[in-house]
Parts: sequence; C-alpha cells; structure tokens
Amino acid sequence: MCAVAVTGMGIVSSLGKNLFENYQSLNTGKTGISTPEILQTNYKDLPVGEIKINNTRLSNDLGLNPGHSYTRAALLGCMAVRELLHNSGLSEFDPGTGFISGTTVGGMDMTESFFDQFSENSENLRYIQAQHPGFTTEKIAAYFGLNAMVTTISTACSSSANAIMLGARLIESGRLKRVIVGGTDCLTRFTLNGFNSLKILSGETCKPFDENRNGLNLGEAAAYLLLEADEMKGNRPAIARISGYGNANDAFHQTASSQNGEGAYLAMKKAIEKAGVDPVNINYINAHGTGTGNNDLSESVAIKRVFGDHIPEFSSTKALTGHTLGAAGAVEAVISIMAIQNQEVFPNLNFSQPIRDTGLMPETKLHSKQLNYVLSNSFGFGGNCTSLIFRNE
Amino acid sequence: MNDLHTELKKSIIDQLNLEDMDVSDIENDEPLFGDGLGLDSIDALELIVLLEKDYGIKLEDPNQGKEIFNSINSMVDFIEKNRTK
Amino acid sequence: MNKKYYIKDYVILRQGRLIRNGEVLLEAGNPELKDFLRKIYKSFGMRYPKFFKMDDLSRLGFLAAEILFDQEKPEADTALIFANSSSCLETDKAYSKTMSGFPSPSLFVYTLPNIVLGEISIRHGLRSENLFLVQDRFEPTTMIDYSHSLLNKAKASNVLCGWVDLHNTDYDVFLWQIAASGRLEHNEEELNKIYLPE
Repeated sequence: MCAVAVTGMGIVSSLGKNLFENYQSLNTGKTGISTPEILQTNYKDLPVGEIKINNTRLSNDLGLNPGHSYTRAALLGCMAVRELLHNSGLSEFDPGTGFISGTTVGGMDMTESFFDQFSENSENLRYIQAQHPGFTTEKIAAYFGLNAMVTTISTACSSSANAIMLGARLIESGRLKRVIVGGTDCLTRFTLNGFNSLKILSGETCKPFDENRNGLNLGEAAAYLLLEADEMKGNRPAIARISGYGNANDAFHQTASSQNGEGAYLAMKKAIEKAGVDPVNINYINAHGTGTGNNDLSESVAIKRVFGDHIPEFSSTKALTGHTLGAAGAVEAVISIMAIQNQEVFPNLNFSQPIRDTGLMPETKLHSKQLNYVLSNSFGFGGNCTSLIFRNE
Repeated sequence: MNDLHTELKKSIIDQLNLEDMDVSDIENDEPLFGDGLGLDSIDALELIVLLEKDYGIKLEDPNQGKEIFNSINSMVDFIEKNRTK
Repeated sequence: MNKKYYIKDYVILRQGRLIRNGEVLLEAGNPELKDFLRKIYKSFGMRYPKFFKMDDLSRLGFLAAEILFDQEKPEADTALIFANSSSCLETDKAYSKTMSGFPSPSLFVYTLPNIVLGEISIRHGLRSENLFLVQDRFEPTTMIDYSHSLLNKAKASNVLCGWVDLHNTDYDVFLWQIAASGRLEHNEEELNKIYLPE
C-alpha cells in the first residue's frame, strides 16, 4: 500500500519548545495549561496553553533584526520549521519545496494591538497586512527562502489537518516532491473573548470526554511535518507514513456539532477507506476532544458509529496542550507520530466519569501498545471535519 | 401588555436580526426556541449579552437560559426580579 | 490522466449587478451592499430566515450559490472549493468593535472565512469535502488543480468553486460549477476571461 512518507517534524507548544520537551511532557502527563502571562488580557484567571517565551526572545533566538514584522504565529512557525529541517537529514530546503500552512488567527495578535495606532504611529504600519492569514505564512516562507508553492488554509480548527491532507495529495499526484505541511496559531484577546462569549471556555483545566466536562482551554502552538515522494527520500528513514485522510462537512450549525456526529463519522470513514484498512486495524485515536459538552458527545457518537463494538483505545491530549485552533491538527499529527515512534498511548487527563449517553472510556494512563495505525481527528467551526491516519513505517 | 414586553420584543428583533418580523408578530407566551420563533443556540448567547447590556444581569451558567428564554413572559419575569439597571 | 472538464454555469455579483452565465439578471444601480443583498433575496422569492443572521461574506456566497442551484439542486457529494483575499476582515472588524464592551457571540462565529461554506452546506445538506483558501488575488490554478484531483479520484461528483471577497464596501463574487461536458473548458484562460472580461 503506497502512502506518503513523513521524513521530519518540528513543534513548539505549551508543552515545550521542541520535540524532546513535548515528548517529556506527554510522557509524564505534565500539562502545559497555566494562566496568561504573556497575553495581555483582563481574563487573568482563565486557563490557557501559553508558550512562556515572549516575542523578543523568540526573535533573538531566530536571529531576526529589531523592526521585523514577524507575527507571533510566524515566530512560532519558524521555530517549528527550523527543528523540522534539523531532524529531516537535509541541510537546506531545495527550491522545489512547497509550504502549506494552516492558521485561523494569523497575525491578529499584532492588528488587535496596533489597530488603533495605525493612523498615528508609522512604526507599527509594518503590521497592517498582518490580519491577512497569508501574511504569517509568507513570513515563515521568507525566513527559509521557500518560494515554490506557498499557500495558507483557513478552515478554523481543522486548518492544519487540511494542510497535511493537501500536502499528501500533492505528493501523491506528483505535483510536488517535497512539501512542509502543518500550522501555527497564537493566543489573542480576539479569540479568548470570542470563545468566552460562546460560553465554552472552562475556568479550570479541561476534562475531555468526562461527564462533568465544562469547556475548553485555548492554547497556542506551531507544528509542521515534512512530506516527501519516495524518490526524494533516498536512504533517509521515514518516521511514519500518511496512509489515509478524509474531510466532510457536518452541515449542521456554524459552530456546534450535530447530535449524530455526521461530519465526524464521514471524515473517519473516508480516511479508513483511503487507508485501505478495516476499522479494527486502527490501534489508537487521538481524538479532537476539546472538553466542551457539545464536541465530546458528538465525537463519541461518531466514534461509536464508525467502530461499533470494537472501539480502539483513544485519548484527547488537549488537557495537556490546550486547544491550539488552526495548529491543533498538526500538533496532534506530531503527537500521533510520537505515539507510533515510541509505541505508546498518551493519557487523557482529568477524566473520572464517562459521558452518560455514550459510556466511552478514554485512556488515562501512559502505556505501551503496538501501534500500526493511528487516527487523528480535527473538527472546525463551519462544520469542517477532517481525519488523518498515520501508519508505522 | 406593559412597556417592558414591547421594549424586549423590539430589542430581540433588532439584536437577533429577525428581519421581516414585527413586535405584533411575537406573542408573549409563544416559545422563543424550537417551533416558535425558531431561535438557535447562538441567539441564546446573544440574549445573554442583551440581559447584561440592557438590564445589568450577568448569567454565568448558559444552562440557566433554557428556562428564562422560554417566552417573552418568562424573560420579563426574570428581568423584573433581577435587573440592576 | 489529464481528463478535460468544463465550466457548467457561473454567477457573478459585482457593482450592483447579478450575472448568470453572461446574462444580467438584476441591475440595482450602486446600492449599499446590505440593500443589494436584500434585493436579490426578495427578487428570487427566497424564504430562509437564517439568511438575515449571516454576516455579509456568508450572505454573498450563500446568495450566489442559491442562484446557481436555483434550477438544479446540487448532488450530495458536491465539493466546495472557495478562496478570497480579504478573508473575513469585515466581520473581524465588526466583532472587535464589540470587544471593548460586550463581545458579540453572533459576530464572533462569523470571524472565519470558511463559515460561508458551512452555510451553503447546511442549506443543501452537503457533507462533502470543503476548503477555503486565502490568496493575494483571483488566481484559479490551485482551485483548478484541487477540483480536478477530486473529480479524477471520484472523491466528488461535482465541484462548486468560488471567489467570494469582501473588503471595506467592495465585494467581488464569482462562483462556478464544473461538469464533465460543456461549452467552455475548465481552465485558467477561460476562467480569467469570465472573471475579467476584456
């Protein structure tokens, strides 16, 4: 079965600034959820998955000159892509390398801070274009001199999962030989206030799949994978392969998921079909599991519909990372691949009581397990549902 | 019908973009959600904002809304008991 | 593998004009966007109260899709591949104005460009693949490649492509459907000709 090779990856999240730190946190079940210190907000007590490195330190680390116009999402994106380059076995990206980045917040951290000053303060005018989600993608591409196909996907919380899917397709169809796929999003007042107005933020660390779950925690992160056609890979190892993907719309509500989880059900089903396996071959699901009443119930119903009596082990890692919106699909792709590399299932924190209507029990302890196929779910506002399947090389 | 009923209907029509609808189209005891006016969950959140903005009532638990937003009558009842402005 | 596809039909909304397959169906002078949208809604006798709850970007895409699907309802596996350059900037601005007082949930839910795809999907029960790309300018290559790949691999039986842009008061909408046969070949040249005549 032909499947697209993943030959490198990189991540920065509230769990750590590289793969090693993220793995350590996943392994010890140490949450990245805290209260905002870098994000300037009145909601001082709302838990968030914040990366405790400010923009100045990120800029210095990346060797950027003062006066640059990198948004926080671009800075985080550069960190993750730099790590990807280091562990890909390449010395640099060749000119044909594509770049597909998912984001929903883009550079709104800058525009929300400077919007009122644009007319008076010419110094900040360099950020006036930052509202455009493509601005952040272009900044990351410029940092690495990527100028083949560069594109942004914005489909809310499934953005980077769709970026991964698009990249896999471009490799399969032969249009690209090598492509960096993933996504980046940072915390902003815009999203914190917005999710708060929807009454879906929890005042404590989220409790995915628990009967008493009461909302999600926003987070920030950047994560990317390098996908390659086998002829480019040469003798370099593939760390995993993308063997299936599926996207479907829930066609139910702007932000809420349907009671029967139709979109999620279709996305998982399509991904499994594409992978050419039976549902029983899926060894672990990294669930979307945001910790809201609506998502976790709908996703549970969908999982039961797809897998029937043979529910694979599953967990949501969002109580560790927070919900990183457009970056979530890529963050959880990296986590899924780490699970395969280490043959380990990472825990779903804060679970004590199953949801009454569905009774599903997520995995709450780190443990070893033979993992050949891992399915990862990402569902976004607008009904956009995506499932990806990663296979052990 | 007292003034609060009418005032509330006006602001609901305005706030929830109920185009083509008039104060006289909304009955005091008609269900606002489901088969009645057909409002949805986002409308419910917008009504929570309306309570806070116009009447100084903060609703922390959105589940409370289910009873309060049953009809115009139930909303008026709740507002009269709890308004701070 | 390079199977040919064709442009089945298209709709343009621009400068107070509604054009379907080259024919001007409605000419409204140069009204405010809201009035233009309402006029289209009324003149086609639409009845869909949710329309008035949508933000302007969704209303634009929704109306254009309604007009395309006026005579023939879309098949259930019609994929939606859309793009624009201004994302949902207008709604972002409107929502951020409310942030200093009472952040508006009904505005916040539209601060994502792909919500327009969700609205079209809800209206027609489409649970098909959908994607929203943000580009500098109208540049159909990606949409062509993506939609042909979907059709070639039988992942969709039909694709609705669209450019739905709204910036300040400027709106620019071009939606088209792809078919297996037809007059105009589905390629960059023909699309550019329709999008930018002369």
